[in-house]
Amino acid sequence: MAGRSGSEHGSAAGVAGAAAAGRRAFGVLTAAGKRMQAAEWLGFLVLLAYLLMTLIPGALATHDPIEQDIINRLAFPSAEHWFGTDELGRDLFSRCIHGARTSIRTAAIAVLFSMVVGATGGLFSGYVGGRLDELLARANDILVSFPGIIIAMALIAVTGRNPIALALVIGLVNTPAIFRVTRAVALQVRVLPYVDAARSAGASNLYIMFRSVLPNCTTEVFIQALLIATRAIITESSLSFLGLGIPPPAPSWGAMLNTGRSYLQRMVWYGVIPGLFLMGLILALQFVSRYLRRAASRT
Amino acid sequence: MTRHRSDAVAPLLLVEDLHTRFELERGVVQAVSGSSFTVDRGQTLGIVGESGSGKSVTVRSILRLIRPPGRIAAGRVLLDGVDLLALGEREMTAVRGRQISMVFQEPSAALNPVLTVGEQIAEVLIAHLKLGKREARERAVAHLRAVGIPAPERRYGDYPHRLSGGMQQRCMIAIALACDPRLLIADEPTTSLDVTIQAQILTLLAALVREKDAGLIFITHDIGVIAQIAERIMVMYAGKIAELGTTEQVIDDPRHPYTVELLKSLPGLSTERGVRLEEIAGEVPDLADPPAGCRFHPRCPRAFDPCRSREPPLTVIDGGRRAACWLHEGPGA
Repeated sequence: MAGRSGSEHGSAAGVAGAAAAGRRAFGVLTAAGKRMQAAEWLGFLVLLAYLLMTLIPGALATHDPIEQDIINRLAFPSAEHWFGTDELGRDLFSRCIHGARTSIRTAAIAVLFSMVVGATGGLFSGYVGGRLDELLARANDILVSFPGIIIAMALIAVTGRNPIALALVIGLVNTPAIFRVTRAVALQVRVLPYVDAARSAGASNLYIMFRSVLPNCTTEVFIQALLIATRAIITESSLSFLGLGIPPPAPSWGAMLNTGRSYLQRMVWYGVIPGLFLMGLILALQFVSRYLRRAASRT
Repeated sequence: MTRHRSDAVAPLLLVEDLHTRFELERGVVQAVSGSSFTVDRGQTLGIVGESGSGKSVTVRSILRLIRPPGRIAAGRVLLDGVDLLALGEREMTAVRGRQISMVFQEPSAALNPVLTVGEQIAEVLIAHLKLGKREARERAVAHLRAVGIPAPERRYGDYPHRLSGGMQQRCMIAIALACDPRLLIADEPTTSLDVTIQAQILTLLAALVREKDAGLIFITHDIGVIAQIAERIMVMYAGKIAELGTTEQVIDDPRHPYTVELLKSLPGLSTERGVRLEEIAGEVPDLADPPAGCRFHPRCPRAFDPCRSREPPLTVIDGGRRAACWLHEGPGA
């Protein structure tokens, strides 16, 4: 067929598997007959707005988010500073816009990490089974049995406040979700006739895992990824709120909420607006993932 | 391994005293107990038997596709003199699809739903023959054409669910024959297809095997289908070979009571309207606890004393045909 990418015969089964997985994910997204509800449309639009804030914050913000203007500290909203300024005289509107990048970058790294580690672990666990499955499943249980934010706080105490380390730690505590769905699908798929057929044609175990089993996990993994993104954003904000997250002066909604708390009586918007930004992003993700779940359940 | 050994008398495939068992919680199930048979080049061996008679386990054992709790407990499987059961897993992977390949019962379930049929053929070629992408694609299209798929260039990019059952099975056959294997195993390849398509697939299989001088093992529970395609027939019952001979011998002059009953249960052109087909009374025995003596004796209309206590050996009766029944051998012999 003309116009199709010729990448599917890659010798690396993993890459090729991912390509097939991608095509399937695209199929789910574009599944015909899945009427989008109004809230879901809104979710997509709002998510798009946040993505713009992430990609081109400079074009949307009115000021440099870390430029201080001590004379004008804690200013009320004005034509110059739409949401006023914070305790160091930084423009709050610009800091809220730039906060999206902090949140979404953390979420993206966390999701990527949990997908790679969780999916690989789940595939091996479910497909290979036996002792390896025991080992990985127990490790997974241990991770699940502690509240994620406690593990994250402990690990951050060790690694120090580093945005990348923070994202990886959040990814780690969310890995079990991906691990579980991938393992479950691998357990189902490994006994299907086409896995036997692939073996009878001389396929290696690695090939079967990444080319036969993995593409069948795509839908479930994709839905989990969005839920993890939501949780990662909340976790990042919570840790920043507690002073354990993104180190200053980088703008973080969680950290802004914490500072804004001190000025609630004088300028209530300082402690509310970052929260609204956070809430908007989370709701948008929820509605988008709800649409995807509906679409996937009927394919 | 050379393709043809100097002593041409050696069979292509020699299975000797094969035992495959499943160690389940309720006991050890002897799915195959002591099967021995051969397949020659360009020859078709048909394996018949009811569900649970060990047909599929036998051929899966040849390809070593048995998964735990099942395992091959004993025996030898020689392909041109090389014992497959002694190979490492990596060497075995190189045999599967290259030397021996298999066509499965339900093509819709045996094709990977997330890859196009063309890709599935091309990947076998890339894996075994180390072809480049372009060449693999061209060869895959040629293989699709060879199994009678119209407009193969376009079908190459189709996912399996877009094809009919017959077309899917043709694709499975194309995958199986892509690397010119020496032995093809077909496990009830026509069971899920319409009768007219069945005939087409049978003709196709027979023609391709003859053309490539490969061996074919054809499994079915339908003895009528097998007579059309096989030169030799092996009848299995409860994990053991009941009778093994040429198609004429087994169909026209069955010597094992089980074969006789199996043929009686089959409608034929000569069966008159209103004549009741006979069913074989009783059920297939539980292989975790098989009956003592001959495994068929509880259902056998001609069972007599020795059948109840001693297992009949598979012995040569006449013209190279073998049967495992005390009727053909004095119990004292």
